[in-house]
Amino acid sequence: MTTVIPNRKGGRRGVLGSAGLYFATAVCALLFLVPFYLIVRNALSTDAEITGENWQWFPTDIQWGNVTELFDDPTVPFGRSLGNSAVVGILHTLGTLLVCSLAGYGLARIPYRHANKIFYAVLVTLMVPAAVTFVPSFVLVSSLGWVSSMQGLIVPGLFSGFTCFLFRQYFLGFPKELEEAARVDGLGYWGAYWRIVVPNSLNFFAAIATITFISGWNAFLWPLVIGQDQEAWTVQVALSSYMTNQTVNFHLIFMATAVSILPLVLVFLFLQRWLVQGVAQTGIKG
Amino acid sequence: MSTTPAAPNTPTTPTTPTAPARDADRPASAEGPGPGPGAGRSRKGVRGSTLSFWIFTGPFLVGLVIFVYIPIGWSAWLSFFEARYTVTPDKFIGLDNYRLMLTNGDFTGSLVTFTVFAAIIVPVTWALSLGLALMVHRLRFMKAFFRSVFFLPTACSFVAASLIWKMSLFSGVRFGMMNTVLGWFGVENIAWLANPNPPWYWLVIVTVRLWLQAGFYMILFLAALQNIPPVLYEAAAIDGARPGWQTFRHITLPQLRATSTAVILLLLVAAYQAFDEFFNLLAKTTWGRPPLVELYYTALGEDQDYGAGSAGAVILTLLICMVTLLQGRFLGFGKGEDSR
Repeated sequence: MTTVIPNRKGGRRGVLGSAGLYFATAVCALLFLVPFYLIVRNALSTDAEITGENWQWFPTDIQWGNVTELFDDPTVPFGRSLGNSAVVGILHTLGTLLVCSLAGYGLARIPYRHANKIFYAVLVTLMVPAAVTFVPSFVLVSSLGWVSSMQGLIVPGLFSGFTCFLFRQYFLGFPKELEEAARVDGLGYWGAYWRIVVPNSLNFFAAIATITFISGWNAFLWPLVIGQDQEAWTVQVALSSYMTNQTVNFHLIFMATAVSILPLVLVFLFLQRWLVQGVAQTGIKG
Repeated sequence: MSTTPAAPNTPTTPTTPTAPARDADRPASAEGPGPGPGAGRSRKGVRGSTLSFWIFTGPFLVGLVIFVYIPIGWSAWLSFFEARYTVTPDKFIGLDNYRLMLTNGDFTGSLVTFTVFAAIIVPVTWALSLGLALMVHRLRFMKAFFRSVFFLPTACSFVAASLIWKMSLFSGVRFGMMNTVLGWFGVENIAWLANPNPPWYWLVIVTVRLWLQAGFYMILFLAALQNIPPVLYEAAAIDGARPGWQTFRHITLPQLRATSTAVILLLLVAAYQAFDEFFNLLAKTTWGRPPLVELYYTALGEDQDYGAGSAGAVILTLLICMVTLLQGRFLGFGKGEDSR
């Protein structure tokens, strides 16, 4: 709190100012919470209550049955899509961490004559906005026969130039002495990496993992393009399908939204510190 | 790929100075032809590290070539062919796809849509996230709580948020929350998304993105605010600057310059890639389509016109590169300390 400007007028003015500050912050916070409130309210109401003429702030009779109804709904395989998202999210995260951290380490630490040129070749891919390549990527993936498959959903996303870049920057700042001690003890690059570098970088790995998982879970365009069969839908594609369906079951739609958001809200609440740190460090968006 | 973090461009520039560090690591004799006594050993050392280099970076580079470079090249190639329903076309048509896309009112219209969108969303998000950061920064207690509240929407996907906005908050009928609240003041129901005239849909689109993004950029600003040396404010106070607008204008804002530039760049890139909320909020309408949605319908819609879709992707890529470079030039991105 050192940067708080000392209020030299002090006294009443300071108390009033700080009350005003808290009031303004609280009003903003309430506005930010309204959508969450709407999800919960609608998810636990009946359709009649949601669409009723008279606005109700809370459901009169909380409808826990909506949860089971959601998973039993035959038109949208919601449980299946949740499972797909979990598998895709976890494998996407593990794969990205493995592939990109290794490459980042190689680029940062292992002397090789053409390393600079290779690094620039990676940087160039950052200039091409990822989403613009979805047409040719779809063409490629469909020619591999990977449409509506797990590998089609996961593999193309693993080679993130940006994540590789972040790891390289991180490893450049990693204290060299630790590795050198390991080398003296007879470990090669590989051994030093797994036994010294990775165990001492778990914080950074965790931050990147969280952010990667969130971006994987929330991804929409690629799963929409690839998941042409219902079997391969992720939770976001399933959600989207509710919006275009003919029959509108409000309570199911909002229960589905609530269930799709819940895992990430939990991740946010429990990994808050890492997340904030990671975002502040890297400036990337999931 | 849409699953990769959507903010690629920012930190490219600050890296260049680090390159010499690696050069210094390289054994000096590695390239020398001289058969000195140490030459054999050092060449062997270099060969060993060359192998290690490829073991570490090889898998990533192979993937990068297959899933990034090849699609880009393929796209550029397809854009010169008539490629409907096929990705292995044989009819070369030169620049016809480009002509088609550039004279296609829907595609050029989508570029206009994007421009309007960026012109609104970038400054508004910048101002709101900076404002939230300033508020949270000045709080004495419950700081972490309010930070969490503003950051929490980042957990939601664009799809989920669009759903809430379309079906509950800005639903065009009486039970939508906005219309209910406005109804208390005697305002008639507004069809938020169903009518381009007046264009209420902009309010819906912009607020979705604002809600989802502002907390994220607030964190970046908060981190930057914490890095401003308190000495600066103390010195200003001694010089008689009144806390408030004066110190904000002359100390805080200039100190946040690097972060502001990075945030603006990130916002622009993210706006260019806007797809999810437009697709879900305005799916069946013909208005308010940004370029990616338009390309999605061109390439994967009923026509499956991969040639024209690819031409559009190439045009869009060139445009984005141009804007990025121009923006870097005007805002001097990468000069001074970076945002990290």
